[in-house]
Amino acid sequence: MIRVMLPAHLRILARVEGEVHLDVQGLATQRSVLDALESRYPMLRGTMRDHVTQQRRPYVRFFACEQDLSHELPDAPLPDEVATAAEPFLVVGAMAGG
Amino acid sequence: MSKVRVLVGTRKGAFVLASDGKRERWDISGPHFAGWEIYHLKGSPVDPNRLYASQSTGWFGQLIQRSDDGGQTWAPVGNQFLYDGVPGTHQWYDGTPHPWEFKRVWHLEPSLGDPDTVYAGVEDAALFRSIDGGQTWRELAGLRGHGSGPHWQPGAGGMCLHTIVLDPSDPQRIFIAISAAGAFRTDDAGETWRPINRGLKSAGIPNPEAEVGHCVHRIAMHRSRPGVLFMQKHWDVMRSDDAGESWQEVSGNLPTDFGFAIDVHAHQPDTIYVVPIKSDSEHFPLEGKLRVYRSRTGGNEWEALTQGLPQSDCYVNVLRDAMAVDSLDACGVYFGTTGGQVYASANGGDSWCPIVRDLPAVLSVEVQTLP
Repeated sequence: MIRVMLPAHLRILARVEGEVHLDVQGLATQRSVLDALESRYPMLRGTMRDHVTQQRRPYVRFFACEQDLSHELPDAPLPDEVATAAEPFLVVGAMAGG
Repeated sequence: MSKVRVLVGTRKGAFVLASDGKRERWDISGPHFAGWEIYHLKGSPVDPNRLYASQSTGWFGQLIQRSDDGGQTWAPVGNQFLYDGVPGTHQWYDGTPHPWEFKRVWHLEPSLGDPDTVYAGVEDAALFRSIDGGQTWRELAGLRGHGSGPHWQPGAGGMCLHTIVLDPSDPQRIFIAISAAGAFRTDDAGETWRPINRGLKSAGIPNPEAEVGHCVHRIAMHRSRPGVLFMQKHWDVMRSDDAGESWQEVSGNLPTDFGFAIDVHAHQPDTIYVVPIKSDSEHFPLEGKLRVYRSRTGGNEWEALTQGLPQSDCYVNVLRDAMAVDSLDACGVYFGTTGGQVYASANGGDSWCPIVRDLPAVLSVEVQTLP
């Protein structure tokens, strides 16, 4: 099981409260977690990564274990603490604006 | 008694303002989609409970929301806007080729005959159509495929397709406008397009009378007379009596002919409204006086409408999609400002009252007249 914390706007869009708990088949990576997330909540498609290229949107960040994983490769393994649900995978709206 | 529903898109959410036919007391609901930019929302003329909304942020991109109960509840529908084929390039601000990139939906125009059919005008400029209630979108690529496409350039607000006018007498005919490419028309339901900019003169482009390149801000039509179009261009208010084949300036005695919004009275096809803005570098009313100008002669002769509007220290803007009319008798006129006010006139513009004063900056105003 993977724990995912969405930003407020996306929690409202997906109509969830608190963390989302996902079953991810195989290795836990950004791609597999986001695939599982979008599969359960199709309305999130296009909000975190591009529909076609699957590239992360510029103002979306992925944090876990007090690390910024945004620039990791999509198929790189997530930290063990995320894979074992000890820590959540955080989807974050980047700080921007004045 | 008839009712009126005013759909307001703002920088931070959507609001629905409702009143009976007297238009004196208003119920305000919202913000819907709080925190998101709502560039536009509009109801189907066939089924007024069917509403579409364009919802976006720089963080999470574009969403389209649909309501089937007049805005009480909403559900996201399709948000994938893929350019047809190889997107190609248009010109960037510096004149270099720039790939077409989808950024957002500026305007949603529901079909006049089918609530499940809706058009979307997007940035970078293109026209999309959905025939399944917004679930899927397909580009009408003949527009962007017009030979002039690689030469289109963005205006200051981006290269947006912001105006979609459907001809009620001919379902094959659609008018659109792009900043800063100009106006285009299709006579075959969107397969092929041609520019309709003859008569426009724009000092800001190398050839002021070029076929394309004009910064058209908004086009309005009265449904009883679809061959007559009114245009607020960057500068100049224009009129066409031949469905865009040619245009004549009708700025007349306006104190400034820069502006964004333009609309037509619901029952008087020659009565039109604009909100003059000082200039392209000073986007606020002249002398701090918020004045709507009305022409009862289809242009050239204009009168200032000031009763109930601030006549000192007012420095708001009225954006291109932020004016609309209802179809009651007498005709109601509505507009929203970047200062968050939505003003209404229940007597064709003779006098005005704010419905709300403190919304986020208003991006769009649409009105539904309900039985």
